[in-house]
Amino acid sequence: MVDKAETLDRGELARIRADFPLLARPTPGGQDLVYLDSAATSQKPDPVLDAEQDFYIMRNAAVHRGAHSLSNEATMAFESARGQVASFVGVEADELVWTSGATAAINLVAYGFANATAGIGPSAAQRFALQPGDEIVVSEAEHHANLIPWQQLAARTGAVLRWFGVDEQGRVRVDESATVITDRTRIVAITHVSNVTGAITDLAPVVARAHEVGAYVVLDACQSVPHLPVNFRDLDVDFAAFSAHKMFGPTGIGALYGKRDLLADLPPVTTGGSMVEVVTMTEATFAPPPGRFEAGTQPVAQAIAFGVAAQYLSELGMAKVAAHEAELAAALLSAVAIEGVRVIGPTDPQDRIAVVSFVVDGVHAHDVGQVLDDAGVAVRVGHHCAQPLHRRFGVAATARVSASLYTNEHDVECFATALSTVRDFFKVGEAYG
Amino acid sequence: MTSSKWVKHMADLQDLYRQIILDHARNPQGRGLIGSLQDGGVAQSHQVNPTCGDEITLRAHVMRDRSGDVRILDVSWEGQGCSISQASSSVMTELVIGQTLTQVEDLAAAFRSLMDTRGGTVDPQVEEQLGDAAAFAGVSKFPARVKCALLAWIALRDALLKATPVEGERHG
Repeated sequence: MVDKAETLDRGELARIRADFPLLARPTPGGQDLVYLDSAATSQKPDPVLDAEQDFYIMRNAAVHRGAHSLSNEATMAFESARGQVASFVGVEADELVWTSGATAAINLVAYGFANATAGIGPSAAQRFALQPGDEIVVSEAEHHANLIPWQQLAARTGAVLRWFGVDEQGRVRVDESATVITDRTRIVAITHVSNVTGAITDLAPVVARAHEVGAYVVLDACQSVPHLPVNFRDLDVDFAAFSAHKMFGPTGIGALYGKRDLLADLPPVTTGGSMVEVVTMTEATFAPPPGRFEAGTQPVAQAIAFGVAAQYLSELGMAKVAAHEAELAAALLSAVAIEGVRVIGPTDPQDRIAVVSFVVDGVHAHDVGQVLDDAGVAVRVGHHCAQPLHRRFGVAATARVSASLYTNEHDVECFATALSTVRDFFKVGEAYG
Repeated sequence: MTSSKWVKHMADLQDLYRQIILDHARNPQGRGLIGSLQDGGVAQSHQVNPTCGDEITLRAHVMRDRSGDVRILDVSWEGQGCSISQASSSVMTELVIGQTLTQVEDLAAAFRSLMDTRGGTVDPQVEEQLGDAAAFAGVSKFPARVKCALLAWIALRDALLKATPVEGERHG
């Protein structure tokens, strides 16, 4: 649920759009760009672009090594960014691990469990060891990134994969928590917001039931953190993954949150330089978190820019961002409420964010996307890395429009106009011959 | 935007979706699998386009005629996909039935070269050889769509590699 809050006025929105230089470029066809693919990746504002470049121009040095002042400066900026991103999601800096993205973050947890099961790590790591027949619970709405790592973990450990279904509007059936999550459940890996349906998962019953049986909750927060006020501490999830590039930050960096006591016991997955304490020719001891999970040279400029992206959103206030995007969700739903178009996802804007996937009767999603692109409207087409969810709704592919902070009414109007031409272009409904 | 750019852009879309492609997409030839995999000389291939989840199951029936040439007696297919992939399957079906394997290899090579033109000039010889399939030239300007047009051709090549031709009378 999105709280009613002050939304953006036109002047504010115009100023925000001016921060995103790419929005001003024309399409190859010469039209104004209507970018409605922010769920795939967001555009970047000047402060983020500047931060990344400034680091290379003025402060580039190895972090956590070297005694020189440049290295100190880089280290301080790197760690201060960790604090900015952590505080943006309501947690402490030492509970936030840099990863190459959300996919890597989820794999880090899954393979941490696998290592614990293989007996790697201190005795405390045994809390993560799985037995054959233990259960891992996911949902039918998962992005492949929060499904396949768990399939792999099940294959390695003999654990059994179970899942929540979704209802007709794509909402995860959290009302079935008591039966889907059992005494054998050890992990519940679930999406906060679906990247296909835009549905917001009501996490409270899932987390309560998971903790009742002693299972860990791993949250895929990729689509929630950029669009809603999110506080992992309040949600009481055990691990959470999100990426920078969907929230105005650079590609190549994401973050894993883990409760302090859990990260302390989790064995590392990627090993090598800088994540160690003492190394001999036969063994090594590992640094405390978060450094333990950050082997090798880190994407320092990207981390600093990620911090600036979190700051950019903080300064606006996520309640305001969410209120603006709730209006866009309603507008996008109106735009697709035309004959021959079916929405895959919640019809109530309260249950969702401004990500709307749809099917045009008689026209394949690729063809829909092509005609929209011809009008300068950039949308995603395909299965959006969620094949099981598409199979659930009996479709191979959908077209998806997704808004962000910088999306305005004009964008939605251009999309609506272009969408209204699609069925005519392919002569749907006309007799052949 | 300048009007000349607009005209060029619209032309790209019209060029991608030429009338012949739209016609084949709406009335595809060869759609609906025929025969059985148990029949001699029949082989099948299932191909997917992982970026969009599109798929095709294609069945080919081949026979070695008296002159020793292996010839395609029939092609049928089932699948779901965009208008480009459906039309390409349809046009290919019409093009290859009755042809020898060598001729089909030449056609497939010609079609691939058409897909590689990136919107540039098409070799007139290729155009003539491909007939209706030359209408897919516009697809080469859209790299994301090339796989759509190639899916049926990939399935055909795979099915032909698997097929053991039945010995038969000279075809046609």
